[in-house]
Amino acid sequence: MSAFTLNDGHAVAPDLPDVLPEPKQRGRIMGAIYRHPTIALGGTVLTLMVLIAIFAPLLFTVDPTALAPAKRTRAPSAQFWFGSDMLGRDVYSRVLYGSRVSLQVGFGVALFASVIGTTLGLIAGFTRWVDTIVMRVMDGLMSIPAILLAIALMALTRASMKNVIIAITVAEFPRVCRLVRGVVLSLREQPYVEAAIASGTRIPVIIWKHILPNTLAPLMVQATFICASAMIAEATLSFLGAGTPPIIPSWGNIMAEGRALWQVKPYIVFFPAIFLCLTVLAVNMLGDGLRDALDPRLAKRL
Amino acid sequence: MLAYFFRRVLATIPVVLMVALFVFSLLYIAPGDPAAIIAGDQATPDDVERIRASLGLDRPFLVRFFEWLWNVMRGDLGTSIFTNLSVTHMISQRIEPTLSLMTLTLILSLSFAIPMGVIAAWKHGTMIDRVVMTVAVFGYSTPVFVVGYLLAYLFALQLDWLPVQGFTSISQGLGPFLRNLILPAVALGLIYMALIARITRATMLDVLSQDYVRTAKAKGVAQKGILFVHALKNAAVPIVTIVGIGFATLIGGSVVTESVFAIPGLGRLTVDAILRRDYPVIQGVVLLFSFIYVVVNLVVDLLYTVFDPRIRY
Repeated sequence: MSAFTLNDGHAVAPDLPDVLPEPKQRGRIMGAIYRHPTIALGGTVLTLMVLIAIFAPLLFTVDPTALAPAKRTRAPSAQFWFGSDMLGRDVYSRVLYGSRVSLQVGFGVALFASVIGTTLGLIAGFTRWVDTIVMRVMDGLMSIPAILLAIALMALTRASMKNVIIAITVAEFPRVCRLVRGVVLSLREQPYVEAAIASGTRIPVIIWKHILPNTLAPLMVQATFICASAMIAEATLSFLGAGTPPIIPSWGNIMAEGRALWQVKPYIVFFPAIFLCLTVLAVNMLGDGLRDALDPRLAKRL
Repeated sequence: MLAYFFRRVLATIPVVLMVALFVFSLLYIAPGDPAAIIAGDQATPDDVERIRASLGLDRPFLVRFFEWLWNVMRGDLGTSIFTNLSVTHMISQRIEPTLSLMTLTLILSLSFAIPMGVIAAWKHGTMIDRVVMTVAVFGYSTPVFVVGYLLAYLFALQLDWLPVQGFTSISQGLGPFLRNLILPAVALGLIYMALIARITRATMLDVLSQDYVRTAKAKGVAQKGILFVHALKNAAVPIVTIVGIGFATLIGGSVVTESVFAIPGLGRLTVDAILRRDYPVIQGVVLLFSFIYVVVNLVVDLLYTVFDPRIRY
């Protein structure tokens, strides 16, 4: 996104030469984490969320869809830790189960957008006529604000988590495509790549050995930011009623349902909101830290 | 300059065409056959076929696309399935609140984010810098509707300073207009502000280390003069770029903000259209918003030459 780090005061040490013995490697990774505490902090919170999502059934939750009409809209208490909603469902259980939706959509979109974007970006970077067509299509796709494109796509299909992932992926992958194509175009000018081409190395080998390894760092950073914006996009779609089907508890759905009552029972909206913000913040911090650690110059490109 | 202007305007035509093609395809592949709907339940397949031919729905994709495009250029966006009103009419009724919201948000965001970024860069590494950047990363990670509810809860429900919801037209006075719109504008602008503040700080850090800044300092230009005249003008290109690209977050966010604050604008129209699967309306709004986005970025591109006369394409 832009140059930003929480600990600008620290200078980044120059890379050690490759001739150094193996044991140093671990020191470098630990050192990078030490110099970029945002990685550790973001990573920890994200890991915690993943654990919550996996072990949701064991964390003193009840069935998140169980109705209890007699116990509607209870304030947070010993029985309902986060209160209960207008159908008497336990908000705590719903919020914990909701983490599954957010994380699956976030990771799913980041993965698919990276794979599709990288493939198209590589092809565009190496084939001139494909480049013209693909980049025009990407320009067009990127001219439609991402969330609107996702809304329009969701309006065409049935509400399901798979369709949410597809819709957000379509809205996000052009950014990856453009990034990878840019990296390819600049790498192609590098002497070692020109030398490889001149000496008759086949294109797939060049891509595998020279291009992909150099794409990995910016790609990882971009994927992290896409993961964060996909989580926000899912919540937004669900909140507007065009996302995850209402029977599945997702943070956006819980907030959408709490909307009608939010002036009197604000906790129904606020608990999922806190979880959503924390998770997105963790992913963004991880991305910021990774960017600074992997390549300080990247700050310029993202 | 004029030649550059025309070349740049011409260059947006393929992009706009591409957007139009996407948006048209949306309606083309949308479920539900308009001919079958008009024909009703009792119609025979022959009747449906006749109606389809009379509506021109049996013609090839590209023919229909260019006919649709011709209509759009004349301002005809089709007819809503649900209300049977013309989409252009429905949009024109709803556009004022949305444009008001976006304009106010733009003004607020720029007037807070740029000084924030400049000061953070100037006081680089100090507490002020960290506070500004921490606020920025939080702002960047908080969805619009969460900020909206939080602000409404605090300033409208708890403190009772501002109205919770609603919209007053500017024609009814600036006071009531601002009172209704200030919370939505802050909620909508937070992500945008965070984006702009971050890029301002990053670019300013870069610029402040340049020789001409040192020279300006050496010849005794006041700190304020250096920051806001010498440095900011040279940092302008990346900043206006982000202002242009980030405008997408304003457009997407306005849909959500209008839902939270019950503002009867284009965003509400979009949400209603989604719930009713009113494809012509969805199509019209997406097309209009994308067009605004393209035009904003065109203006940004033209601004480059104002800030940096060396830029010529």
